[in-house]
Amino acid sequence: MLEIEIDGTKLTVPNGTTVIEAARSIGTHIPHFCYHKKLSIAANCRMCLVQVEKAPKPLPACATPVNDGMKVFTHSDMAVKAQQGVMEFLLINHPLDCPICDQGGECQLQDLAVGYGASSSRYEEEKRVVPNKDLGPLISTDMTRCIHCTRCVRFTEEVAGMQEIGMAGRGEHSEIMSFIGMTVDSEISGNVIDLCPVGALTSKPFRYTARTWELSRRKSVSPHDGLGSNLVVQVKSDRVMRVLPLENEAINECWIADRDRFSYEALNSEQRLTKPMLKQGGQWIETDWQTALEYVGNGLKSISNEFGAQSLAVLATPHSSVEELFLLNKLSTALGAGAASFGTRYADARLAPAQQGASWLGQPIADIAAAKAVLLIGSTVRKEQPLLAQRLRQAVKRGLKLSLINPMDDELFTTVSNKLIVRPDQLVEALAGVVKAAAELKQQAVPAELANAVVSDAARAIAEQLLAATANEGDRAALLLGNLAAHSPRAAEIASLAAQLAELTGATLGWMSEAANTVGAQVLGLQASNALTQSCKAVLLFNTELEFDSHDAQAALAVAKQAEMVVAFSAFKHGALDYADVLLPITPFSETAGSFINMEGKLQAFNGVVKPLGDSRPGWKVLRVLGNLLGLEGFDFDNAEAVRKAALPQGEAGIAAKLSNAVQGVSIQLQAPSAGLVRLGEVPIYQADALVRRAPSLQKTRDAVAPQVGLSAATAQQLGVQAGERVQVSQGDAHASFQVALDAGLADGVVRLAVAHPDTVVLGAMFAPIQLTRA
Amino acid sequence: MSDLNAGLSPESLAQIDREVAKYPADQKRSAVMSALRIAQVEKRWLSSDTIKFVADYLGIAPMAAHEVATFYNMYDRSPVGKYKLTVCTNLPCALSGGADAGEYLQKKLGIGYNETTADGKFTLKEGECMGACGYAPVMLVNNHTMCNHMTPDAIDRKLAELN
Amino acid sequence: MTVYVKGVVFDGVDFDDPNSWNIDAYIQRGGYAALKKIIAEGISQDAIIAELKTSSLRGRGGAGFPTGLKWSFMPRSFPGQKYLVCNTDEGEPGTFKDLDIIVNNPHALIEGMIIGGYAMGISVGYNYIHGEVFAAYERFEAALEEARRAGFLGDKILGSDFSFQLHAHHGYGAYICGEETALLESLEGKKGQPRFKPPFPASFGLYGKPTTINNTETFASVPYIIREGGQKFLELGKPNNGGTKLFSVSGHVNRPGNFEIPLGTPFSELLEMAGGMRGGKKLKAVIPGGSSAPVLPGHIMMETTMDYDAIAKAGSMLGSGAVIVMDETVCMVKALRRLSYFYYEESCGQCTPCREGTGWLYRVVDRIERGLGRPEDLELLESVGKNIAGRTICALGDAAVMPVQGMLKHFRDEFLHHIEHKKCIVPGY
Repeated sequence: MLEIEIDGTKLTVPNGTTVIEAARSIGTHIPHFCYHKKLSIAANCRMCLVQVEKAPKPLPACATPVNDGMKVFTHSDMAVKAQQGVMEFLLINHPLDCPICDQGGECQLQDLAVGYGASSSRYEEEKRVVPNKDLGPLISTDMTRCIHCTRCVRFTEEVAGMQEIGMAGRGEHSEIMSFIGMTVDSEISGNVIDLCPVGALTSKPFRYTARTWELSRRKSVSPHDGLGSNLVVQVKSDRVMRVLPLENEAINECWIADRDRFSYEALNSEQRLTKPMLKQGGQWIETDWQTALEYVGNGLKSISNEFGAQSLAVLATPHSSVEELFLLNKLSTALGAGAASFGTRYADARLAPAQQGASWLGQPIADIAAAKAVLLIGSTVRKEQPLLAQRLRQAVKRGLKLSLINPMDDELFTTVSNKLIVRPDQLVEALAGVVKAAAELKQQAVPAELANAVVSDAARAIAEQLLAATANEGDRAALLLGNLAAHSPRAAEIASLAAQLAELTGATLGWMSEAANTVGAQVLGLQASNALTQSCKAVLLFNTELEFDSHDAQAALAVAKQAEMVVAFSAFKHGALDYADVLLPITPFSETAGSFINMEGKLQAFNGVVKPLGDSRPGWKVLRVLGNLLGLEGFDFDNAEAVRKAALPQGEAGIAAKLSNAVQGVSIQLQAPSAGLVRLGEVPIYQADALVRRAPSLQKTRDAVAPQVGLSAATAQQLGVQAGERVQVSQGDAHASFQVALDAGLADGVVRLAVAHPDTVVLGAMFAPIQLTRA
Repeated sequence: MSDLNAGLSPESLAQIDREVAKYPADQKRSAVMSALRIAQVEKRWLSSDTIKFVADYLGIAPMAAHEVATFYNMYDRSPVGKYKLTVCTNLPCALSGGADAGEYLQKKLGIGYNETTADGKFTLKEGECMGACGYAPVMLVNNHTMCNHMTPDAIDRKLAELN
Repeated sequence: MTVYVKGVVFDGVDFDDPNSWNIDAYIQRGGYAALKKIIAEGISQDAIIAELKTSSLRGRGGAGFPTGLKWSFMPRSFPGQKYLVCNTDEGEPGTFKDLDIIVNNPHALIEGMIIGGYAMGISVGYNYIHGEVFAAYERFEAALEEARRAGFLGDKILGSDFSFQLHAHHGYGAYICGEETALLESLEGKKGQPRFKPPFPASFGLYGKPTTINNTETFASVPYIIREGGQKFLELGKPNNGGTKLFSVSGHVNRPGNFEIPLGTPFSELLEMAGGMRGGKKLKAVIPGGSSAPVLPGHIMMETTMDYDAIAKAGSMLGSGAVIVMDETVCMVKALRRLSYFYYEESCGQCTPCREGTGWLYRVVDRIERGLGRPEDLELLESVGKNIAGRTICALGDAAVMPVQGMLKHFRDEFLHHIEHKKCIVPGY
C-alpha cells in the first residue's frame, strides 16, 4: 500500500494504482476524454494533466502510477493552465455545432468546455472538416466533431476482438474510420456510441428523434440472451426512444450487445398486435378481450371434453417472464395437460427426464473469467452470448486457455488452444474422446460405453489442459454447453458426457442459457421438451412463433395446421395468421412488470417503462383473466409482484435449491460417422426472438444477411458445386434454393444452413440429414 | 475465403516471406511495412484491395494494415506515374537549392506537386527530410533511388535518362 | 562528402575506394578485432560496460545519455527474450551522418551491436533504417550477410556459446519513428506513435520485452572503444564530452558534409573545414543540433566550441550534431515557416497539443510570411508554444516549439518587420 496526498487529502492506495483512480477513490474528478477503465491507457487527450510534486511538467493522471509519498495537485495553477490549454486545442477544430448535435446535453466535451474553456476562441484560421464514414446501419458519424481519443479504436481491438475501427492518416489529418468499404460488424459494436465522448459516433436509429433532456430514464433487464444485461430504457411521450447499458460489473459490466441496444425498434413496429383477433370464416376480425377470451375458454373446454386434456399443448418461449410462465404452467396443469413446455427448439426427449434440476451456468458469470481453462461445447458463442464471448476474450488475455468442441470453427477473435471441429451429429463422439482421454490420464477405468471412443491428439490435449487447470488448489476450469448442444437430437448424451468430464477433471459444468428466462422456465417446472405431437388438438402458443422457434419448423406447422384450435398470445402479428384461430395481444417486456432468472440463477425484476400499446395487456394479466374465466383456482393476483411471490415462494434460496446440471440414466451409444450430408442449422443472432426479428436496423446488419449454404471446400468439390452457385437443398419433401459459400471452418459432409429464417422455414430439422443438388 | 495468391506475384510473396522470417513467429505483423512496400513496388500504388490482401496474408486486421499504409508517407494510396519524383524542400536542402529544384521540375514537367504528367510518366511530390542534407538538392525516384546534387543540369540529364 | 579528421567511426575508411565498406576491408583496418578479443579472452559483460563508462561515450542520437549507464540498466538476468535495437531512422532536418556510416562502414555498426548483445545478454537485434535511404538498407543487408558468412553473426559466434541474430527493418517515411518508442511501435508493424513513459524500453520495449535502443553512431563507436580502450576514446574529446563526434554540416557552406572531429572543436574551425561561407557571404545564424534545436546568431556560434556542454551554455543543443549554416540572405520568417510546416506534417496525431498545436503554429507563421500577420501574432505563437511544450507524450511537441522560440528570441525584429511592412527584411533565399 502506498500513502499519497491529493489536493491536501491523505489516502492509502494499492501498488499499481494510477493517479486518476486514486483521485476517483476519494471523489476527486479529474477531467478526461481518452481514459476509460475498461480500455488500455492511451494518455493521448492530455485533458487529465495534473501537477505532481517534484515533476517539472504536468503529468497525465490516467497514465501516471502512484508512488509512495506522492503529492498530487489537480487544481493548482500548473494543472489548471495545462487543462485549459488542452481544452483550447480540442476546441479549435471542433465545429461547436451543439444545437444540432445528438450528443448535446450528454457530451463530455460540452460539459468540460463549460469548466475549462474560454468564452471566445483565439483560433482564427480555417477549421478542419472531416468527411463522414459509413460504419453500417447502427452507428452514425459526424467526424468533424471527433477529438481523436481513440476509445472506439481501442474498443474494437481490445473488447470486440477485431480492429474494425482505426485512426488512419497522421497528424492533423488523422481520421477515425473503418476499412474502406467495410462496415463495423461486431455484435457488440454499439458500445462505441457510449464510449465516444463527443457527438462523432451516435446512434443511427435514434438520430434526431429526441434531445437527451426530454427523455426519462427507467431501469430494465434485457429479454434476449441468458445473461440478463441490465438496461436503462429511455422514454419520451410513452414511447421507448433509446436503450443504454446500466452498469453491472457482475453481469454485463458497462456493455450491452447490439440486440440489447437496438431491439427496441420492434417495440414500435407496425407489426405490433394491438387488438384481440379471431378468425371467422377464414377472415381475421378484430374483437374485444371479453369475446376473444370467452372463445378461447369455450374452445378449450369442448376440445378437452371431446379429445381429453392430453390433446392440449401449451408452449412458451423462454423469453417470457417468470410471472407469465408461472401462470401459463399453472393453467396447463390445471387443465390436465401437464407441464407447459418451453422446448420447441429441443429435440432430445431423453434430456428433460434425465436432468436433475434446472440447468444453469453452474457458477457466477464473473467467475468464468477467473477460470484457468474453459471448454466450449456446441456454441456459436459470439452470436449466442455476445458479452460472455467478450468476457472469455478478456480472460484469454490474462491466461485462460480456451478450447472448443464445435461443428464449426467460426472466428472468435481470441486465441483458441485446442479444438475439435466435427459434424454436428458427431459432437457426442468427439466429447466421448475427451472423456476417455481424461479417464486414461487419471488412470481410471474407461466406462464400457466409451471403450470404442477415438482419442485424437486434440482430445487428449483438451483433457490434459482441463486436468492441468484444476491441478492446483483453488484453480478452476469450466465446461460450457451452448445452444447447439442443447438443441441437438443427442443433447442428453452430450449433457451426460459433459457431466462425466466435469467429474473426472474437477471442472465446473455449465449451460450458457439460450434465453433471458431459460433458467426461470425450468425452475418453474416447465419442460425442456417439444410437446407438439400429431395428437394435439388445441395449442396455446405463448410468445412462440412456430415457424422460427421450432427445431423442425415444418413438422411444427403441420401439427398446428391439423389442430382444432390454435391460440397465439403474442405482441406481434406473425405467421400464426396462417395457422391460428385466435390472436391475443400481450405486451413485450417494456410494457409490463416482470422478472427473469438469468443463467447464473439471479432473479432480476423489472417494471414496465411505457403503457401497453393499444388494447394489448401484460401476459400475466391475460392468463389471470383466462384462469378465472375457466373457473380455475389460484388465479387471483393483484399485481406482478404477487404472482412472483407465488411463483417463487422461497425467493433466491428457492431458486438456488433447484439449480443442478446433474444428469442421470442416459446411455451413450457411440455412432460411426454417417456418410451422408448433415445439416448444421443454427439460429441466427437476429432471428433468435420476436423482438430482434422486427428491429429494422438490426435486420440491416451483416449478421442478418439472407442465409447461404456453407460447405467445406472438399465437400463443395465432391458435390461439384462452386462458391456463389445456387443449389437446391432438400429435407424430406421440402426444397429450397440457396447460394453456396465456402466455409473453411466446417467438417466435410456438413451443410451449414441457418434455421429460424423466412428463407429456410420451408425446410426441416436443425441437425438432420439433408440433400443438395445443383440447381 | 479468397485465394491468397491472387493478389501478388510469387516473387513478391517470396520477398514478403523473407521479411516475415526476421520476426518472432507470433509477430508477423512486424512485416507489414515491408510487405506493403513490396506490394507497392509490384503494383505501383496501394489500392484498398492490395492492402486487404497484405493484411489477410499476414493474418492481421485490414484496418491495422490500412493505418500503416496511410501513416507512412512513402506509401501511395492513389495511382502515381511511372516515375514518382520526390524532392526534399526542407530547410537544409532549400538552403542548397532544394526548393529551386522543385520549382524547376514543376516548370519542366508542367505539373504542380502531387500531380502527374498527362502521359502518366511522372508524378511530382514534395518530400520531407531524407537524411541526406549534405547532398542537397536530393530527389528520390520511385522511393528507392536517391539522386544527389540535383542542379537544373542534373535534373535535365536524369529526366532525359528516364524518358 | 565525408571527411574523416580524427576519430573512431570512420577510422581507416577510404572514401575513394568503393569496396572500403566490405568485410575484408573492415577486417584489414582492425575490424572485428574487438569482438574476437572479447570471445577469445572471455571478457566479462561488466568489464565491457565499465570500459564504456570510462570512455564517457554519450548517445549520439540527440539526447546525449551516457551509453555505459544505459547498458547497465538492461536487466541482464531477465530470463525471457530481450532485444537490442539500433535507431538508424535519421530524419531530423540537417542530419545525414548515419547514412554515411551504414554506406561506408556498416560493419562497425554490426560489430558494435554484436558487442552490445554480448554485454547485455541479448540474442536478437534489429536495425531500423530510415525509409528514404533504400540503397543504404540494401547495403546494410549485404553487410549482414557477409558477417553471417564470416561467423561473426548468428548461432555460436566464433565457436562460442554466444548467439546473436541481427536483422534490418526498413522504415517508410515518418520522422516520428526516430523517437525510440515510436520506432518500437513501427517495428511491431504499427503506426509510429510514441508510447507514454514510464514504462521505459529497458523494462517494456519491443513486443513488451526489455529492450535497449541506441543510435547508429553510438554503436559504431563501440568497437574502437573496446579495441583501443575507453581512456583513449575519452582523451580524443574532453571530460564529460569524450571522443569524437560526427557533425553534419549543411546550408550555406562551400563543402557541406560529415566531419568526424573531437568534441570541443571550435565552431569556427568546423566552418573552416567545411570550406567557409558559400560565396563569401556573411554568417547570419546557425542551427547547431538539427532542426529541433533553437537557432543561434552567427556571432554567438563563432565563440562556441562543438560539444554538449558548450552548446547548451550558448542556449541551444548539440542534438544529433546537425549544423545548419545560414548566411545573411536568409529570411528567418521563411526559414521558420518551412520548419514549422515540417513539424505540422510529421506530427503523428496521437496527442492533442501536438496534433492541434503544430498546425496552429504553422498557419500563423505562414500568415506572417504571406504578409497577413497581426501585431498580436508573436504573443500568440509564444502562448500556443507554451501550451504544447511539456504537455505531449513525446518530444516532438517540444521540438516543434523550440525553433519558434529560438527565432522569436534572436530574430524578433525580422518578424515584426514582416508584420508591419508585409514583406521581408532580406531578399530571400
